[in-house]
Amino acid sequence: MTEQLNPSTSRPLLEVRGLCSEYLTAAGSIPALRGADLNISAGEKVALVGESGSGKSTLSHALIGLLPENARLTDGTIRYGGEDITRWSDRQFRSLRGARIGLIPQDPTVSLNPVRTIGHQVMEAIRAHRRMSKAAARQQAQQLLDQAGIDRPAVRLRQYPHQLSGGMRQRVLIAIAIAGDPDLLIADEPTSALDATVQRRILDHLDDLAAARGTAVLLVTHDLGVAADRADRILVMSGGQIVESGTAAEVLASPQDAYTRQLVASAPGLTEPAWAPAPLPEEPEVLLRAEGLCRSFTLPARRGEPRQSVRAVDGVSFSLARGETLALVGESGSGKSTTAKLALGLEKPDAGTLLFDGQDITALRRGEWRQLRRRAQLIYQNPYASLDPRFSIEQIITEPLDAFAVGTTAQRRDTAAHLLDRVALPSHALGRKPVELSGGQRQRVAIARALALAPDLVVCDEPVSALDVSVQAQVLELLAELQRDQGLTYLFITHDLAVVRHLAHRVAVMRAGRIVEEGPTAALFEHPQHSYTQELLGAISGRQAPLHIAEVTA
Amino acid sequence: MTQIAAPSALKPELPGTDPSEPRPEPATLQTVPGRPDRGGRERSPAQGQAGRTRRWLRRPGLLLSALFLLLVLTAAFAPGVLAPGDPYTGDSSQALQPPGTAHWFGTDHLGRDLYTRVVHGTSLSLRTALIAVVIALISGGIFGVAAGFLGGWIDQAIMRVVDVLLAIPSLLLSLALISALGFGSTNVAIAVALGSVATFARIARSQSLRVCQSTFVEASRSLGSRWHTTLRRHVLPNAAGPILALAVLEFGMAILAVSALSFLGYGAPRPAPEWGSLVSEGRNYMAAAGWLTTLPGLVIAATVLSINRLAHALGGERRRF
Amino acid sequence: MTRYIVLRVLLAAGVLWAAYTVTFAILYIIPGDPVSAMLAGGLDNGAVSAERLEELRDAYGFNDPLPLQYASHLWAAVQGDLGTSVQTGQPVSTAVGQVLLPTVELSAAALVIALVLGGGIALVATYTHSAWLREALLGIPPVAVSLPTFWIGLLLIQWFSFQWGIFPAMGDDGIRSLVLPALTLGLPISALVAQVLAKSLQEAALDPYVTTTRAKGISRLQVHLGHVLRNATLPSLTMVGLIAGNLLAGSVIVETVFSRPGLGQLTVQAVTLQDLPVVQGVVLFGAVVFIAANLIVDLLLPLADPRVTVGRSYA
Repeated sequence: MTEQLNPSTSRPLLEVRGLCSEYLTAAGSIPALRGADLNISAGEKVALVGESGSGKSTLSHALIGLLPENARLTDGTIRYGGEDITRWSDRQFRSLRGARIGLIPQDPTVSLNPVRTIGHQVMEAIRAHRRMSKAAARQQAQQLLDQAGIDRPAVRLRQYPHQLSGGMRQRVLIAIAIAGDPDLLIADEPTSALDATVQRRILDHLDDLAAARGTAVLLVTHDLGVAADRADRILVMSGGQIVESGTAAEVLASPQDAYTRQLVASAPGLTEPAWAPAPLPEEPEVLLRAEGLCRSFTLPARRGEPRQSVRAVDGVSFSLARGETLALVGESGSGKSTTAKLALGLEKPDAGTLLFDGQDITALRRGEWRQLRRRAQLIYQNPYASLDPRFSIEQIITEPLDAFAVGTTAQRRDTAAHLLDRVALPSHALGRKPVELSGGQRQRVAIARALALAPDLVVCDEPVSALDVSVQAQVLELLAELQRDQGLTYLFITHDLAVVRHLAHRVAVMRAGRIVEEGPTAALFEHPQHSYTQELLGAISGRQAPLHIAEVTA
Repeated sequence: MTQIAAPSALKPELPGTDPSEPRPEPATLQTVPGRPDRGGRERSPAQGQAGRTRRWLRRPGLLLSALFLLLVLTAAFAPGVLAPGDPYTGDSSQALQPPGTAHWFGTDHLGRDLYTRVVHGTSLSLRTALIAVVIALISGGIFGVAAGFLGGWIDQAIMRVVDVLLAIPSLLLSLALISALGFGSTNVAIAVALGSVATFARIARSQSLRVCQSTFVEASRSLGSRWHTTLRRHVLPNAAGPILALAVLEFGMAILAVSALSFLGYGAPRPAPEWGSLVSEGRNYMAAAGWLTTLPGLVIAATVLSINRLAHALGGERRRF
Repeated sequence: MTRYIVLRVLLAAGVLWAAYTVTFAILYIIPGDPVSAMLAGGLDNGAVSAERLEELRDAYGFNDPLPLQYASHLWAAVQGDLGTSVQTGQPVSTAVGQVLLPTVELSAAALVIALVLGGGIALVATYTHSAWLREALLGIPPVAVSLPTFWIGLLLIQWFSFQWGIFPAMGDDGIRSLVLPALTLGLPISALVAQVLAKSLQEAALDPYVTTTRAKGISRLQVHLGHVLRNATLPSLTMVGLIAGNLLAGSVIVETVFSRPGLGQLTVQAVTLQDLPVVQGVVLFGAVVFIAANLIVDLLLPLADPRVTVGRSYA
């Protein structure tokens, strides 16, 4: 390796040219990167945006030589600080990792070694490149944790990862990444596993840290909104290539590539969709009314402590008119999913009453509940888990018909074909297995199944959060269309305010088992009353985007 | 017995419903990293068939195992086809002949052809092992599925019994039952079954529990399906795969256990040519006629090895879907 | 912490009691008439008079109602009295105690072989970059668990004793006679160790924290030994009881093959002669070994895994 002593300032810190890679699998080699180009100058903040499978993770891991065993680079060059590092050995890469490029990994809950103390893991990062005594390293680790925004760092050093919250663990990982004082930080979806409000605080902190140290940041994300808020420059990746590159304003305002246009159009925080929620009926008729619902869960007993219980739902009341969509919004642990289960009788409330179409259903017996299932159905969050992998699509859709012995076999088949048509899937999909469908297609199948018995109420439990952004918009549009055509009533559970903005008529914000604010969607978005709602709204990505582009693309 | 505290212990929401967790793509899609997943890949059945055939050809070990097992099955059902001779009578002038063209496996101290004895012993050894596995599979399966599906105190009660059975080394458990029941193939089969019934119960429970906790079973219940429909259509079919793969694996282990017990002399009385007792008989002539122990042992090892290969292939194939 | 220990010990005692009950049910309820069973297996004099049978039944308490028999047996067992051998008239605890030492020696030697061999295979196979070496190493354990233990022993005798004359074929004198039996007993268990450890090492190596650690610039070997192995041993610890049980069960076969005195040989004699009290003693001893091994693991686990006892304290 020839030393290039050319401190030319115009030369970028990182320079990737025509990088190609492939994965070797049992089925042959599959290309992942197809000629990716990337430049990052010192101190610059660049966002790499792409959906799952776009190759963005492959690219970011290639930069520090941490590709999986079955992956290899086939073409192209990576230059870092003027050196060609494309063919470096693992030993050479070790001098780079940590010291010159830091990595902030994706999921903080699993990215720390569970059986080592925080102190051990931070000190290991410090001592990897510098000889220093344990005491000195401990001293520095404490400072790093402090810089990463962790309170009582001296205590944290002695704790284990499972004793810290997810957000705190992500801060520890940031401390580890900056321990070697690198010139470049690769942040691989650093906050997508965290709640929106936590996510925002951590990204803010990361911004400040990078700015103060003059560190360049490569922010890898699936969320165009986050990218627009945080980066100087956005690179959009699709099919292993960079399809679009420019400043945040350029990319959002006038996307050149067709894929980018689709991505911009479907980003929930950024644009107005072309459709609107179904109009409400003139004289609303109450379909579901909940009054003072309570539900506690007993926590598994832990040694040396008395059994504790948590009030997951604590006095929740709401009413839902026929043909209306009510969104229950809250972060994890707010009790929104439990509320959905209570509404469907999958859980029994400890207190409170439920009225469905005027009938008190709180104390129904099992058999009576079963009859009610014909009128209230559920769409699950994860379409990969909610469909039996052994069933064909036809069997999945006709299962509710079988359960209530509706029609003959031939009639059921017809109904299934018709429903498949309603959710815009080709009828030949009837004979397929779920594994052959994409995530969005599976969720359409789940919707078709929920509609099979022509229910009045459909409870949607985060129906799009497992899907890619561009697919999310399509599924939401389908839900709105079905509501318009069939007068469906939705109880829509989500953690993402942006998702329900254009679908829900009313929004109820939940926190710690209670509804803290409820109101018509537009009013709630424009004049949030409760401080928590304001915080949630502020955390929607894309809000800090350089220009409001709704007018541009609408 | 050892339990690590569940990391989700503090979450008030039910397991698996935490919406803030991003759902990773399932393994089936992740096997092809970097491939964009839009529009749904379509795989025609014909392609799958050809692929399966190619996969078999690419694994010569598996093919060899299958062929050998075919030979073993022939020996079990029609020993006369492979070895027309009489396994019980020998020519004492031909005693202790080394393996050769006349006697492939050599002869024993009475001049009996060892190859013929091994072939004719197959059905006895295999049948004992098969009975053992079937007993263990059925009883363990019923208890395990009941524990997993019903849960509550029934689950607790069944699993405590299983814990106790697992606490006694299975060979010792078998030996205890043999000393109570007496010797013979049937008793050996029952004894071996007792030794592995707990394993079956455990895996049947964990599998049915896994399926019962899956979202699609909850979805089925929330659609209004009755519990027995859910059990029949979702739980049993999805739990059966791993249980059957275990049954194949346990069949191999049962052959080992049966041969060990008959080696110790608790199987069918002599001169029945059970595999284990053939090795045991040969022990007395080890210095002069090593083949008498080596070759029957080799047949046992090859059979068990082939079965294990097949069981792992079955398990692997299932995991693919 | 004290609560944890007390709970584990009580649990272990409960399992032991249940194991006693199981052996009692198998040995004294299933046969119908245990005395005839014992005599049938014993000395080949078929002419035991009816009076003698009745005497024996009385002596062993088999004429009492079952619950009473169970209660008195259990009470005696709690006090350390597992009855007397039908064949020798020796107390069972004495019979077991006398032959314990050679079996412990054998098991200890086999355990060392199993851990070194199995652990080595697993570590090298999961560390190496060479796909060829990995496949080759990981191919060994499945073969090894398919081999009948008695056959391995006989093969070793044939080669090392009869052909090359390096080690004695049988008996129990000194370390030289321990080598072949320990190998025979240790090989299948090393395969078990290798399989379980390699699997958890492979799984642990895929955990995201490994990427975090490597991104710090730590060498692969350091990550493998300092982080991956530490996490991988935790799930492997659950097989400690299984290994202990396998060592004991394997000694039954190995001691027969090598004609070594020990617990295994005692077991075979007892089963052959249907000496039910001795059989029960040996089976119970097996359960005690298994339960004690698991108890030790449970008590040591909090030291290895902070998640077990250290509470969660979000702040």
